[in-house]
Amino acid sequence: MKRPRVLIVDDSSVMRKIVERSLRQAGLEIGDVVEAGNGIEALAAVREGAFDLILSDINMPAMDGLEFLRQMSKIEGAKGTPVVMVTTEGSESRVVEALSIGAKGYIRKPFTPDQIKERVSPLLEVLR
Amino acid sequence: MNPALDYKVQSSVRPDSNWTTILEIGAKEVFQIMLHTELTKLPNVEELNASGDVTAMVGMAGALCGVMSIRCTSHTAEKITGRMLGSVGAVDPKDVPDAISEICNMVAGNFKAKITQLAEHCMLSVPAVIRGDDYEMVTVPAGDQVIVGMAYEGAPIWFCLAVHT
Repeated sequence: MKRPRVLIVDDSSVMRKIVERSLRQAGLEIGDVVEAGNGIEALAAVREGAFDLILSDINMPAMDGLEFLRQMSKIEGAKGTPVVMVTTEGSESRVVEALSIGAKGYIRKPFTPDQIKERVSPLLEVLR
Repeated sequence: MNPALDYKVQSSVRPDSNWTTILEIGAKEVFQIMLHTELTKLPNVEELNASGDVTAMVGMAGALCGVMSIRCTSHTAEKITGRMLGSVGAVDPKDVPDAISEICNMVAGNFKAKITQLAEHCMLSVPAVIRGDDYEMVTVPAGDQVIVGMAYEGAPIWFCLAVHT
């Protein structure tokens, strides 16, 4: 089976590395990982090629994670891509908003690899 | 509308005596989870002033208006960065402000998540970092401050919430 292609969206390059490391530490067999520093870069990446999973921050400059979700849902071929929000944002209303516009889950920073696995595994299982 | 932007809740939450403990617990949790390390008590903390040449800040707006900051030396910031990234040896200098910003962001988020009135009604800005130690932070108008001094591998690290009145 082809390993899932993952897009990690966060304005912190350190956090992008930590998210990728956590996915691998959790034992998830992922393939290519592409990084984006905000929603605009993420949209460009999504237009260039398909992903099996997207992990996105909410609070980012230029374009935040919620606007990215809205814009992504208009891109043919990207609509069904599962997106999990990874954020410090503790507001329930922001989480509900993210879920209402298509996010499949939510991980609050700080997080452990096990917490990432718990949210992401079921989404990757569907690909098998 | 985002609840944090409702004018009725803006600046409506005032610090109380528990906030020092909540900030301490929130900071400890971030270091335990992200760095697998324990922050410890800083000896003679009452006699010390917050210092260090790296300061990360995150703005808070809504039911609480203020700034959460973390301050430490460059050396401590580099050690924290290396630990976060699991690096062996020297860290890339450009990762240091990024890592300290993220720690500050997580401490601010963890702190507000522990205070019911803030969790839903307070937003965080994107972080910023100051390099250098010859500065003084003044809030206008003057407000309350919650300051927690801890030790990271024996070196001081300061967590400060400056609240605007």
